[in-house]
Amino acid sequence: MAAMTSAEGAPGAPSHARSDIGDVLHAGDRRLRARRLRLILLAVLMCCIAASLATGAAGTSLWAALWDGLRGQEVALSDRIVLWQIRLPRTLMGMGVGAALAVSGALMQGLFRNPLADPGIVGVSAGAGLGAIAAIVLGGLLPAALAVPLGIYTVPVAAFVGSWASTMLLYRVATRAGRTSVAVMLLAGIALGALTGAASGVLVYLADDNQLRDLTFWGMGSLAGATWTKVGAGLAIILPALIAAPFLARGLNALALGEAAAYHLGIRIQRVKNLAILAVAAATGAAVAMSGGIGFIGIVVPHLLRLASGPDHRDLLPNAALLGASLLLLADIISRVVIAPAELPIGIVTAILGGPFFLWILLRQRGVLDL
Amino acid sequence: MTLSASLSATDITLRLRRTTILDQVDFAAEPGEVTAIVGPNGSGKTTLLRVLTGEIAGQIAPGGQVRMGGLDVVDADPWVLARRRAVLAQQTALSFPFTVLEVVRLGAEGPGGAARALAALARVDLAHYGGRLYQELSGGEQQRVQLARVLAQLEEPVGPHGPRWLFLDEPVSALDIAHQLQVMEIAADFARRGGGVIAVMHDLNLTAMYARKVVLLQQGRCIGAGPTEEVLTDDLLSRAYGCDLRMGVAPGSGLFLLPQSAQIAHESSDLELRS
Repeated sequence: MAAMTSAEGAPGAPSHARSDIGDVLHAGDRRLRARRLRLILLAVLMCCIAASLATGAAGTSLWAALWDGLRGQEVALSDRIVLWQIRLPRTLMGMGVGAALAVSGALMQGLFRNPLADPGIVGVSAGAGLGAIAAIVLGGLLPAALAVPLGIYTVPVAAFVGSWASTMLLYRVATRAGRTSVAVMLLAGIALGALTGAASGVLVYLADDNQLRDLTFWGMGSLAGATWTKVGAGLAIILPALIAAPFLARGLNALALGEAAAYHLGIRIQRVKNLAILAVAAATGAAVAMSGGIGFIGIVVPHLLRLASGPDHRDLLPNAALLGASLLLLADIISRVVIAPAELPIGIVTAILGGPFFLWILLRQRGVLDL
Repeated sequence: MTLSASLSATDITLRLRRTTILDQVDFAAEPGEVTAIVGPNGSGKTTLLRVLTGEIAGQIAPGGQVRMGGLDVVDADPWVLARRRAVLAQQTALSFPFTVLEVVRLGAEGPGGAARALAALARVDLAHYGGRLYQELSGGEQQRVQLARVLAQLEEPVGPHGPRWLFLDEPVSALDIAHQLQVMEIAADFARRGGGVIAVMHDLNLTAMYARKVVLLQQGRCIGAGPTEEVLTDDLLSRAYGCDLRMGVAPGSGLFLLPQSAQIAHESSDLELRS
């Protein structure tokens, strides 16, 4: 027996090494898998964009128009208007809003070290909403020195300020010595939501008829009001946040070990936290300003991606942008077709899909989180 | 050893509101050996360690100084510090479902990181755990994964800027006796190869076995510092812990501790001696 063992010593060693490498591949696989997933998500997004451009109340066919264009024939003016002035900005807005909400969710979860943090659930969207409503109702009172340069950016910037203030407040209240209490975070979110809701109510009460019309359209949570101006203003704020997000990935990964350990790994924690809060506020603020309250994207998307390819923020953040954009386009297509020619507010669609999903996450995590 | 290679802290006072946690503590450690910080619960051991690592060095009272080799720890950039020292905390909670290898690789990035992480995992006997989810491991296994992460962060005990430092905060409190010895052996080996090890210890027997120098704290003051056999004395220990403790010499294995159980003083809950 002893002789056999020693005889097998030499061939045994490579097999040992092989299984080590197997482990590496198995674990490293998740980054590889995440990159493959990114390609798939990119393809899915392309399909969603095409579907979104092809869907609408008008009978315009995207494919006929494209075919005509390719053959060098004149595309009918009405088709051009429908595609260029209605469907394309709407699609871009859906992509921007979906990516912004999903990335905000992932960033917030990393920042709070908690998979339940979501701008919609903890009152950050409500804060952005208050900012947007204040801009619509009180925007006329702004001194010209401020109102003129802000111009079309007034509502998104106000929403950004509102969501930044609520994220900061929430972080201060719910996080002590680098630890976030789930219960305190959710309860503070409820309080924040109630407060901003009340303040928004007062503003709505003060609003005149025209402003009420604007507010109603905005508050329904719809992509229907997309114009190039609105899309441009929103994306100008969302894009920097989306581009900045992956640079926070390393810091957020380290932060998963806690603040002290992240510091010991060489992370400038305060800077990562400040930038993450700023990016969340910009993305959520601009998304809310463009499309009103759309819930659950921020919690559903990162959760699905963590299940599929792990929690590494270097992959999670870009993949979240892609999946968030696709999901919101899909929800928008559903909202356009289920009761066509009328439209269901998209917020209702995401809530119907996302609500049960959120409950499912809660059930799964019940044992893990000290709720 | 040259003076510039050592780790030193002078006149460390730290107050939290009105409580003085550390009171004019001086500390010095040399690379190539294990230095233990011991003392009863609440004596300021972990706080001193957190000052030395830089984590709360910014909070010490003016006049205090912490130097790691030629580096001023108080003002050092976290990124610069991270290449010269690594820290194993008492416990580490992970907030997302990372695998074991992913956790270790948080300390070992860049090219060669995977190999380094794997070597570190093998070092703590967890080579085959790479693909497992960290959160599904036992407390002791998690602690060893964290040790692997810390080892992977430091790469070698001596770097281009001199010796590297390994800080351990009660590294063995969650481990069984075999793994306690394993972890202390890894620490001692790190020191033998030229690095410095500073460990907060509760177990005075393991301290006696592995530490060359001991710093004894009581209520935020240093009441003894120097070679192990000069600090771990009946007199100093009994004074520090408030109970009657005797050190003995076992043939072949050096110092050992014998608590005089019949005479244990009032604060028995403070005693964390394993007999």
